[in-house]
Amino acid sequence: MDDFAIAPIRNGTVIDHITAGQALNVLKILNVNETTINSTISVGMHVSSAKNNGFKDIIKIEDRELDKNSVDKIALISPNATISIIRDFVVSEKRAVHIEDHVCGIAKCSNPHCITNMGEPIQTEFVVISRDPVSLRCAYCDRTLVNISDNLL
Amino acid sequence: MDYREFYDKDIVSIRDLSREQIETILDLSEEMIPIAKGEKRSKMLDGRIVGNLFFEPSTRTRLSFESAAHRLGADVIDVSQVSATSISKGETLADTIRMVDAYCDVIVLRHPYEGAARLAANVSENPVINAGDGAGSHPTQTLLDLFTMKRSKESLDGLNIAMVGDLKYGRTVHSLVDALTMFGAKLTFVAPESLQMPEDIVEHLKSKGCTPVQTASLEDVISDADVLYVTRIQKERFPDPAEYDKVAGTYRIDNAMLREAKKDMIVMHPLPRIDEIAPEVDNTEHAKYFEQAFNGIPVRMALLCSILGGEL
Repeated sequence: MDDFAIAPIRNGTVIDHITAGQALNVLKILNVNETTINSTISVGMHVSSAKNNGFKDIIKIEDRELDKNSVDKIALISPNATISIIRDFVVSEKRAVHIEDHVCGIAKCSNPHCITNMGEPIQTEFVVISRDPVSLRCAYCDRTLVNISDNLL
Repeated sequence: MDYREFYDKDIVSIRDLSREQIETILDLSEEMIPIAKGEKRSKMLDGRIVGNLFFEPSTRTRLSFESAAHRLGADVIDVSQVSATSISKGETLADTIRMVDAYCDVIVLRHPYEGAARLAANVSENPVINAGDGAGSHPTQTLLDLFTMKRSKESLDGLNIAMVGDLKYGRTVHSLVDALTMFGAKLTFVAPESLQMPEDIVEHLKSKGCTPVQTASLEDVISDADVLYVTRIQKERFPDPAEYDKVAGTYRIDNAMLREAKKDMIVMHPLPRIDEIAPEVDNTEHAKYFEQAFNGIPVRMALLCSILGGEL
């Protein structure tokens, strides 16, 4: 029933089962603003869901498919999200997001004294401690990353 | 295991070492004592060069690494003032490490930022020993702390250890608790709430099966302790001086307080101390902190020997 809350799209991407409350952070990951998007975006927040502890967010974007970098970031703030590619109103591809054992270069360490925040020519790296809820440990300073959505690159 | 298995290995975090590896280093440290005291001569690292890079003030760690290297016949090159290096011109640590890497056989790094040693180990061809990175890891201090406990208590298994003072910013305790869980220690963290052990470290300990007791009252726990590990409340780690003033001098160990302690309880401190331990304690059987400072030499000798391929 939740899908009726938002109109179907002809071509584009549906990001479903977003952790309730994270839709706006997903839009931030997708860099959605008036200069970067020319098509319709539908956002459903706090939509009732049989899974996801009763509620979820959902986003439908016309005429856009997501790159791997964006999908990897979405996985960190919404580990149960699914990505469906829609072509001519039909789901042509559907997959769950996935978090690798090591997360590299898509988030910065929340520890202000970590060497990775000091302008060194290195990529950030985190070891995945748990996937749901997502918990990441910096491979450099060993600190647990806090406020993941605020620290995405 | 054989200490030779450490050949060419980095020592970045105590979490990288297993219990067996720690015990191997401690056993080798024991054998280094006559050389550390100057009773025996050794040239086992003759012709090798240790690069000491200390980008933060240090007395004990820097001097004991130097002493350890000289006792084994190695040469030492060092940087102890950032202002005298290209860092002051804006050179990255990664570039500095690559440069020094070409000048020596092992790099010993003390740096103000956490994770600096991991970065150095990643970019350096030669092995890197972490001599303390900010409020992060200090694995060689941990090894010498364990060595001191082992020598005093004969075994590390199941010790009841109370840690007192700055548990939030004190890097020595962060590394030490990690290692102690491998030996089934019972841990008690004594600190005011603002200086208690960081939550992520407590969670990590719990995931290893150790549930520490957290309290602000030393009087309540001192009678059960086998080891009292005291740390200085470090003014330089406080972003706000007013916060420092609130907690400075909270705990002071003196002979009156030690009356409640077990007879064979030992008092340790990574030094320097300010006023956490009264000088009158120095003359008691409890005091082990100067012996602890000496133990830095045999432990660092054991590390240099095994990493650089020395033969006992």
